[in-house]
Amino acid sequence: MTSLKVLFIWFVLAFSVSSMADEIIQFSSPLNKTRYQSLIEELRCPKCQNQNLADSASGIAVDLREQVHQMIENRKTDQEIIEYMVARYGEFVLYRPQQSSATFLLWYGPFILLGLGLVAFVLVLRANRRKREASL
Amino acid sequence: MRKILLFIPLFVFLILGVFFYLQLGKDTQYMPSALIGKNVPNFKLVSLETDQVLTQADLPKRAYLINFWGTWCPACHIEHPFLVELAEQGVILVGVDYKDEKALAEQWLVEKGNPYTMILMDELGHFGVDLGVTGAPETFVVNRAGQIVYRHQGPISAENWPEIRGYLQ
Repeated sequence: MTSLKVLFIWFVLAFSVSSMADEIIQFSSPLNKTRYQSLIEELRCPKCQNQNLADSASGIAVDLREQVHQMIENRKTDQEIIEYMVARYGEFVLYRPQQSSATFLLWYGPFILLGLGLVAFVLVLRANRRKREASL
Repeated sequence: MRKILLFIPLFVFLILGVFFYLQLGKDTQYMPSALIGKNVPNFKLVSLETDQVLTQADLPKRAYLINFWGTWCPACHIEHPFLVELAEQGVILVGVDYKDEKALAEQWLVEKGNPYTMILMDELGHFGVDLGVTGAPETFVVNRAGQIVYRHQGPISAENWPEIRGYLQ
């Protein structure tokens, strides 16, 4: 029984190696690797619109991942890398849009609605209390 | 006065309904180019035909199209005959052989004809990234002043050509 289990584990491991060989990227420091991971998760693939660069297998995503890798290793800051991408692909590539007048509602709309809801809630409470007092 | 308040949800519904109705039928894949209104980015690329290094100084001085293509790209096969037709009509086409191999590209041009006034080799795809290309075929319209005025993703065909031609001046 245990030998069967071992055999099964080897079987599974045999497949894992080929999937790891997909893309091996070297980093000069663990920090660079972490920055790379967070950047490609936050940048959107311009070709396949509902995936980030990390998830996409499209040709352009592979190229852009390589670009991010090179820029990190060339000591560019995260801000510089994001500006580089926005200059070429527009704000579209950001999963967290920058704050501007165009994205004001996007960022603050939910809070404005919440505020309106609170105001309505208080008004209804007050009206009810007044009604109750009048009926007493 | 109170009665009017009861109609607020209906008004909100109608406004949203009109708004969403107007959004119907739009191409969800459409993505505006970040380079509209800007000049063609600087480049230094080898010409496919002459093996000489070309820069933005070598670009045509009239309105023209920049067309990204590659022999690996199925839609480029569909697009190519139409590009040959356009070239015969006098449209200036700058080709960018995108992430392709030289020998394959040369064979393609011999077999299918060459509609391009010049062809840049972008083997690594860096020029493509500078232009915000997402794949091939992709076409940019550059006006007489050297500014990018329009970007078209996908093959140019008789159906979409009238719109693209409108920008070409």
